[in-house]
Amino acid sequence: MPAAGATGGGRPRVFFVDDHGLFRTGVRSELGDQVEVVGEADDVEPAIALIAECVPDVVLLDVHLPGGGGQAVVTAIKNTHPQVRFLALSASDAPEDVIATIRAGARGYVTKTISGPGLVDAVRRVAAGDAVFSPMLAGFVLDAFAALPPESADRPAFDPELDQLTPREREVLRLIARGYTYKEIARELYLSVKTVESHVSSVLRKLQLSTRHQLTRWATERRLN
Amino acid sequence: MRRGRDDRLAGGVAAGLAARTGLDVTVVRTVFVLAALAGGFGVAAYVVAWLLVPAAGRQRSIASKAMTDRPGIALAAGIGSLLAVVLLIASALGAGWLGSLAWPLMISAAGIVLIWRNAPADEQATMRRLAEPLLGLAEGNKRSRIAARMFIATLLMGVGLLILLSGPASRAVLRPLGGVALVMAAIVVVLGPWWLRIARDLVFERQARVRAEERADMAARVHDSVLQTLALIQRRASEPQQVIQLARAQERELRSWLFGGRAPGSMDERGLTLAAGVRLIQQEVEAQHGVAVEAVTVGDCDLDDDLGALLAAAREATVNAVKWSGAEVVSIFAEVEPAEVSVFVRDRGRGFDPAAVPGDRKGLAESVHARMARRGGSSAVRSVRGEGTEVSLTMPRAAGTRQPSRT
Repeated sequence: MPAAGATGGGRPRVFFVDDHGLFRTGVRSELGDQVEVVGEADDVEPAIALIAECVPDVVLLDVHLPGGGGQAVVTAIKNTHPQVRFLALSASDAPEDVIATIRAGARGYVTKTISGPGLVDAVRRVAAGDAVFSPMLAGFVLDAFAALPPESADRPAFDPELDQLTPREREVLRLIARGYTYKEIARELYLSVKTVESHVSSVLRKLQLSTRHQLTRWATERRLN
Repeated sequence: MRRGRDDRLAGGVAAGLAARTGLDVTVVRTVFVLAALAGGFGVAAYVVAWLLVPAAGRQRSIASKAMTDRPGIALAAGIGSLLAVVLLIASALGAGWLGSLAWPLMISAAGIVLIWRNAPADEQATMRRLAEPLLGLAEGNKRSRIAARMFIATLLMGVGLLILLSGPASRAVLRPLGGVALVMAAIVVVLGPWWLRIARDLVFERQARVRAEERADMAARVHDSVLQTLALIQRRASEPQQVIQLARAQERELRSWLFGGRAPGSMDERGLTLAAGVRLIQQEVEAQHGVAVEAVTVGDCDLDDDLGALLAAAREATVNAVKWSGAEVVSIFAEVEPAEVSVFVRDRGRGFDPAAVPGDRKGLAESVHARMARRGGSSAVRSVRGEGTEVSLTMPRAAGTRQPSRT
């Protein structure tokens, strides 16, 4: 289990952006008193304004909003309040939105089918600065990095540090995709939980910083299929 | 000493010897081949070792199993006695080289028959793969088959005539030849009926095996569809609407199988890819059982029969997890790699002891393990009480359909 809230050991302060009121209520009751919900918004504009006002630890962010994708919120807040962390939440499995939100700066992605305790755990993890990969996201990342040829002459900008996964990272992602928790992965691969976390963070960094345009193109193509 | 399993070309004898003696496996193989060329005893020794030495990870050798295989022993003895006749003729004709060849030939032929009939499924698959080119020759198109037979017949005829016509001793040869013919006739009178019976038994046995395979296949399908639905109906007895719906869906499926030829749970619709198949499993299981199924796929490829079987096994594993584990979510992870396709089905339910499953529960044994083994794939179950279960399935990809995971 992760360390409790990052900010002084208290409950993480959470802001919740989702356009379905019913869903917000449901998640609020599931989170219970494990976290402190400091505000809610149902669209991009009000979300940006309110988050800037109350500066939460973690923003739970639906990747689909009426006024544009969730990544607009991430981009706007990141410049003014870099300490706010984002956890993307989505009902759909559309990889283009998920990848776009992560590349905009979200620290993780979970599907809306996640259980209450699972969500609390994910929020704590993000609040503590870790990355949260759901099986779905792990699958997307494996697919995206595997689909691209590792190196070719016509792409001189290839950066092995950022544009490909190490075998260990791939192993960790595979186990996440199979539904293993970090603790189980650590046991399986004879690593410490800390090492597993650092592998996942490194994958997140690559996902965000890789200059491969193909990442986005891959996601779009996959959507079309 | 144990025969090698992962590094075998045929029976793994050379690999086992190499591991035992510390020699390089290529050296051991070369020795066997040389011994085979010089008089054929290499082959015989190899076959005997294959029979007597247990494979790695197994307790019993094939021979110990073959002891109880009476039709197999009869067949081996029949082949042996046929070769004995060849031996007899050879000695009568003074062709000693043929006689010296007959012994190893006899031992190898009888041994291979016994191995073929008693080897475990994975070794049979290896043998089938080795024999495939030869069978392909025999089953080639009709014209080339007739041509091959004519060629062999002409060759034999030519050699025979040459022997008969060569030299002035031709008349002297005829006398022992007449003797041989009489002895052979005697042997045929004594052993003929027995040979016939062996041949007939073989045909019967083959038919019986085909029937048994069909039965196993049918049992697996009925289990996957009808028995599963019946179990579901028992659980939902208090919800008549649902029961009716389930019964109706099952009826439709059964009818289309019995009268339309579309097997229940089959994935062989044209154009379906692996990822689409996994999604189909997800949707069907969620709809039928009301338990969330999380599916993640990496890469994709077209389905063939082997991958269809893989999906059928994965479906069964998923349904099992949904039914028995009590977990709220079951996750499927499928990954297409250049050489193989793997599927993992995981739940966080109550877990079970795979060794303690009653024998009449066909789900794992028939619908998962046997189904994968028949196609050359592998399957494993890892379950911890209270922590959940993971079924891992791996199927090698056929060489012909290999393609990059994404195009």
